[in-house]
Amino acid sequence: MRVGMLVTLIRPEEKLLISEFEAQGVTVDVMLDRNLNFDLTQGAQQLAPNGVAWSAYGVVFERCVSTSRGMYAQAILNAWGIPTVNSYHTASICSDKLLTTLHLAQHNIPQPQARVAFTDESAIQAIENLGYPAVMKPVTGSWGRLLAKVNDRESAEAIIEHRQVLGDYHHHTYYAQAYVEKGGRDIRAFVVGDRTICAIYRTSPHWITNTARGGVATNCPVTEALNHLCIKAARAVGGGVLAMDVFETPSGELLINEINHTMEFRNSSTPTGVNIAQEVVRYVLSFVSETASPTC
Amino acid sequence: MTNQNVLCPTCDADVRLPDGVMLNELLACADCGTELEIISLSPLQVELAPEVEEDWGE
Repeated sequence: MRVGMLVTLIRPEEKLLISEFEAQGVTVDVMLDRNLNFDLTQGAQQLAPNGVAWSAYGVVFERCVSTSRGMYAQAILNAWGIPTVNSYHTASICSDKLLTTLHLAQHNIPQPQARVAFTDESAIQAIENLGYPAVMKPVTGSWGRLLAKVNDRESAEAIIEHRQVLGDYHHHTYYAQAYVEKGGRDIRAFVVGDRTICAIYRTSPHWITNTARGGVATNCPVTEALNHLCIKAARAVGGGVLAMDVFETPSGELLINEINHTMEFRNSSTPTGVNIAQEVVRYVLSFVSETASPTC
Repeated sequence: MTNQNVLCPTCDADVRLPDGVMLNELLACADCGTELEIISLSPLQVELAPEVEEDWGE
């Protein structure tokens, strides 16, 4: 069986992953999402962009930076019975902060309090239910884009008006979280299957600590409590290869903030000493472990 | 592919390609910061990388 990898571009992560597949003796077929062209009325016998039938693939590793392309590809391939890492089920939950919150709540996983409302008036009410400061986030999106710390009612009114006037309908779903004082850092923990393989602290003087926004990565020991929480959270959203964003409250409680299903890790192998690409590739290959061969 | 350069289509600077550069790899011009995509390895060619879209991320 062949192994495919869907990408939008080759970023440092994809380069590391491709090298790791080679190190494992497996040639991975890299496909650009811009070249995908599925006949939705037909099945897996149709050809992928490289001229190989999709049915030849034992697993397809989804590494698209474009969430919508990756997720629809996962939906199609899973419908045809082709496993993907991650599954469409997992991706569809993790790509939506509202659905992530809902699934975590259903599994009693600690997280910041969050509310949703759909009009400007009810959004103000939702934020005031949480109390100031609160954090408004688009339900879809990444890299800390369009996050807003709402310090008072005037800020709330301004942000909501901007989103109402300038945003498309996605931005009219007003998702707000209680602001968590996290001491200038949060934790990014990497889950592969049923293990938390490593974690980093992301430290920043800014309240947004994403490394994409300048947060500095240092090693975070994976304690039993952190591992337990992350594994439980991963299971709640369907499992796979996931990056957990975790807050540590002043009282030491760990809260799952967000879960990322197409994780970036370029800054994380060095501080943790863990070969993340190797762990991920071994997990992907476990889907075809009976059939993968060096010539596939 | 080692130590080869291409011209940045934005600022004309020489962009030095890393060892083991791959097709569709993303690079940044050190002079102007423009993101570039390798669109051909032989001959070496780059073009402006696709603009970041709203749904891009992790």
